[in-house]
Amino acid sequence: MNTQRVLALTKKEMKKTIREPAVLFMIFLFPIVFVFAFGASFCGLGGSQNAIYQVGVVNLAAGANQQWSHVFTNDLSNLTMLKVSFYVDNQSAQSDLSQGKIQAVVLIPRSFGDCITAYNIAPNQPSQWINATVPLYLDKGSLVATQAIPPIFQQVLGSMLSQNQQALASPIQLQTASLVEVKQSSALDFIAPGMFTFASIFLIMMVAQSFTQDRENGMMKRIRISPTTPTEFMASQVISYMSIALIQAALVFAMTYAMGFKPAVGVPAYAFAFILVLVFSVSNVGFGLITATIAKTSSAATGLAFIFVLPQLFLGTFVGASLSGGAKVAGQFIPSYYVTDALTSVFLRGASIGSVTVLLDLAVVAVSCVAILAVGIVLYAKYYKI
Amino acid sequence: MNESAITIENLTKKYEDKTAVEDLSLQVDKGELFGLLGPNGAGKTTTINILCGLVKPTSGTAKIMGYDIQKETQKVKEQIGVCIQETAIYPYLTGKESLELFGKLYGMNKKTIKERSTMLLTKMALTEDAKRLTAKYSGGMKRRLSLALALIHDPQIAFLDEPTVAMDPQSRHAVWDFIKDQKTRGKTIVLTTHYMEEAEELCDRIGIIDHGKLIALGTPKDLIAKNHVKNLEEVFIQLTGRNMREEM
Repeated sequence: MNTQRVLALTKKEMKKTIREPAVLFMIFLFPIVFVFAFGASFCGLGGSQNAIYQVGVVNLAAGANQQWSHVFTNDLSNLTMLKVSFYVDNQSAQSDLSQGKIQAVVLIPRSFGDCITAYNIAPNQPSQWINATVPLYLDKGSLVATQAIPPIFQQVLGSMLSQNQQALASPIQLQTASLVEVKQSSALDFIAPGMFTFASIFLIMMVAQSFTQDRENGMMKRIRISPTTPTEFMASQVISYMSIALIQAALVFAMTYAMGFKPAVGVPAYAFAFILVLVFSVSNVGFGLITATIAKTSSAATGLAFIFVLPQLFLGTFVGASLSGGAKVAGQFIPSYYVTDALTSVFLRGASIGSVTVLLDLAVVAVSCVAILAVGIVLYAKYYKI
Repeated sequence: MNESAITIENLTKKYEDKTAVEDLSLQVDKGELFGLLGPNGAGKTTTINILCGLVKPTSGTAKIMGYDIQKETQKVKEQIGVCIQETAIYPYLTGKESLELFGKLYGMNKKTIKERSTMLLTKMALTEDAKRLTAKYSGGMKRRLSLALALIHDPQIAFLDEPTVAMDPQSRHAVWDFIKDQKTRGKTIVLTTHYMEEAEELCDRIGIIDHGKLIALGTPKDLIAKNHVKNLEEVFIQLTGRNMREEM
């Protein structure tokens, strides 16, 4: 492979991005405007009314009255809106929480049974109560989980004490750890990981337009006449669009940061995010090539690109409880789903970049993106020579 | 005996419902300026597309400077420069940048690119507009730049597919002078044109192709004499008829 040719074509492609107003807007300004508009206006809750939340229970209750902890867990298990998993220790539960496998972890404290028993003996004499705190850890990456799960637990605890939690004092305090220890999450925090993914998706349209335009105006023919090999040409395209994706991610990050998205993660997490977006951009080149294969003209390519843009956008950029069950299943066939999931795990759930879920997401993204690019190249080369 | 730059033997290209080139055999010598004439849809562009590796022939063989066009494609590409029929230039690059890009694609070093670019921009009267985006060029300027792009690497053989179409007379004559200059430098040129005076003025030999077949071959003078007419245009009409045809 001749590096000079690859670099020359890459430079040409970058000049196109900067000098063509329509391309410049679509690739750089549109994501920024979208982040601003969406971030500024998004304030409602997503999700469906029939959502089922997966919660983990760590039962540390001990002593003569520990049967109350079983009553509590039975009450939780009987709720149709909860799917309860039991853990022997907090560490394993926290691990699953950080990887998005469950949306909340509740720790039943050692004194839980004694607390209920003391309350039942003297419900109207707070001085006789034994107080207990029930820590509740929530998936900070799920807007719905942080909003919907705490009231459910409050209600269950309240029913055990035969009282209205909101009206009366209680010996049991539900401590929502994530909300107490970390700053209150805003709507922007929940959508920011999806925004990183979102910005790169429109590359599909740009790639499709670029290839069809070059075909229409004879430039592809001119390139084919030159000694440039198909490998060199495709390498230049992939490098160009990866570079553009990197710039996009940086711009979107700067925008979301300016608007208040400041996740408590270190430099490696940010580096990982940019690498993930880079890998993801490869799939967009592939989808762009597939679109360019189908489309006869550049205007047709613009429209047809939405076949790939919209599923990536809706099923992959706002991963979480806000997606319906069917959409979640469909999302698992979309690369952007895994990108957003990994970014959510790293930025919001506090998962390390070496955790199983994050690495699995990265592996799925890498394999699927390379496969999509390969399909794109093979299809394009079959119908239009490169 | 002259050394052959292009050797075509029994070249045929068939599409689903049409034969674009049929059993074409031809030889173009090194340093020769060869005109390929024919009405629209006769098979001229298809022949050039086959020779420069854009289209695969159905049967037959062709060699460029001794290299087989199907087996030694990369070698062939290094020998040829092609001014394609479309005015294909990147609108978001300047004229100078376009030349630099294609110079790099042909593996030239910076110094040579600069020298060749300066010379070509001067010859094509584009020096003043070299730093303007080509989107702002007139049709004639785009055609001239297209020709310069085809020749940036100083190829041994140039295929010029209607290089002066849509040019004003001054530009056309400037291009003619440039083509003549290439010939004096020993370059082989294959020219297709609809302008008979252009062919008569420039070409050493002419091949007239119609319905994919070579129907006449010779120097302009020979063809005129052989067909007992006054000029090449009359030769062309006599041999191909007056019907209008569509380009393939």
